[in-house]
Amino acid sequence: MKAVVTVLGKDNVGILAKVSCACAERNLNILEVTQSVLQDLFAMIMLVEFDKDKAPSFEELNKDFDELGEKIGTKIHIMHEDIFNSMHKI
Amino acid sequence: MLETKDILETINMIDNEHLDVRTVTMGISLLDCIDPDIDKACENVYNKICRYAAELVPTVEAISREYGIPIINKRIAVTPISMIAAVCQDKDPIKFAYALDRAAETLGVNFIGGYSALVQKGFSAGDYALIESIPRALAETSHVCSSVNIGSTKAGINMDAVKMMGRIVKEAAELTKDNNCAGASKLVVFCNAPEDNPFMAGAFHGVGEADCVINVGVSGPGVVRAALAKIDDKEDLSYVADVVKKTAFKITRMGQLVAQEASKRLCVPFGIVDLSLAPTPAVGDSVAHILEEMGLEICGCHGTTAALALLNDAVKKGGVMASSHVGGLSGAFIPVSEDAGMIAAAEQDAIDITKLEAMTAVCSVGLDMIVVPGDTPAEVISAIIADEAAIGMVNTKTTAVRLIPAVGKKDDECLDFGGLFGYSPIMKLRKGSPKIFIERGGRIPAPLQALKN
Repeated sequence: MKAVVTVLGKDNVGILAKVSCACAERNLNILEVTQSVLQDLFAMIMLVEFDKDKAPSFEELNKDFDELGEKIGTKIHIMHEDIFNSMHKI
Repeated sequence: MLETKDILETINMIDNEHLDVRTVTMGISLLDCIDPDIDKACENVYNKICRYAAELVPTVEAISREYGIPIINKRIAVTPISMIAAVCQDKDPIKFAYALDRAAETLGVNFIGGYSALVQKGFSAGDYALIESIPRALAETSHVCSSVNIGSTKAGINMDAVKMMGRIVKEAAELTKDNNCAGASKLVVFCNAPEDNPFMAGAFHGVGEADCVINVGVSGPGVVRAALAKIDDKEDLSYVADVVKKTAFKITRMGQLVAQEASKRLCVPFGIVDLSLAPTPAVGDSVAHILEEMGLEICGCHGTTAALALLNDAVKKGGVMASSHVGGLSGAFIPVSEDAGMIAAAEQDAIDITKLEAMTAVCSVGLDMIVVPGDTPAEVISAIIADEAAIGMVNTKTTAVRLIPAVGKKDDECLDFGGLFGYSPIMKLRKGSPKIFIERGGRIPAPLQALKN
């Protein structure tokens, strides 16, 4: 299944590295990355793909990313990609 | 690939604008639980609800985590209990309320609706006893919600039931006067009650429904208000309506996705999505503030009814294309105590009962969560119910009354229910007595609008 990881917060050294490292450790394959820095605000969006059986559950992923986000001063969400498809595509 | 701005828009709606799915409600038919032995019937009711809804809460919570959407309430609606209790005559139907409450407790749902009777044209076996037991049922249980349908466009208004409900609403408040009269906040009196409404306190599972269905109620007043806040004061109202429609479409798509997913995982047919703007007392989640964002100084000033009509219509137009089945109440709710903007307007005397009554002619429900003086005579409450039912009957729409008489409180005090129910000052009512009119009883005949065949 595919999910969208969004990282929002203050720009800092190594955000991309830390988040992608966390993805790799949990068997999340990164398909696409876009990032923008507007003044100090950092916004990174990753599309990741993973096998439900080989990766942790959404509950654990949410918890892990919440902790990581807190550590690096950003807010990280991981959400099933269908939520965006259904809201923004007809 | 998904657009960055779309992704950020969704995240912003959830994080900052209170976007959520308000309720996933499982409707369960209890018709096969009927038994002349009331204890056996109650056991059947408890067992069936617990069997069908065993996975409701964990499944919905899993969906919420996976999609990152807050799903606030998990609820159950059942067949009106008056039908189930009819065969157990001479027995106190309150035992069914205990069984429903116990099931809600076991399953972890916050409300269970359906301690209800449909008496729009007359009372049948079981209806009287059930209605009489409502105040006690609401006082002695925590999760049970009750509703009574006293009128419809097709049947007219059952004024005997209207007369009775004035007294019942008062009793419900009196029996819970030590708990902010909360009993009355769980009792809705309807005209044209929908049979697939997922919202409490008026949810019940209609007899024309399948054995079990999933209905979803969306929300999102904060998102609509935020979208309107971005547009210029000079834009005309066609544009305002367009912005509301586009926003309602997105909100409803999310509700549709949750409904389909819940239906698939629970192996229960998908019923409807209720396209409603349901406010909460949280700041930034108010329907009144949407109206103010359109250009009204305060909700309740002249122009409020027109602004609400525009909003209600645009929400439906935007939402209807986003869902395969739309139903329930669908529109903007205007509860007073559950809406920060309404509470502020009531505190400043900017809104009163007559303006609210006018607004109910163009919104999706009716006089909702309004705190009235504790010494209001029963016939006045009945007359308010009759007025509201007349609006619903003539306009072929659902109207409802949920009044809370503030028993034991002084006129300058307020009732604070806490949580999603909010708080409200006591609202003044009109002068003059409708006693003789209400005492007449009988039926108000169905209007010409009923003769459509």
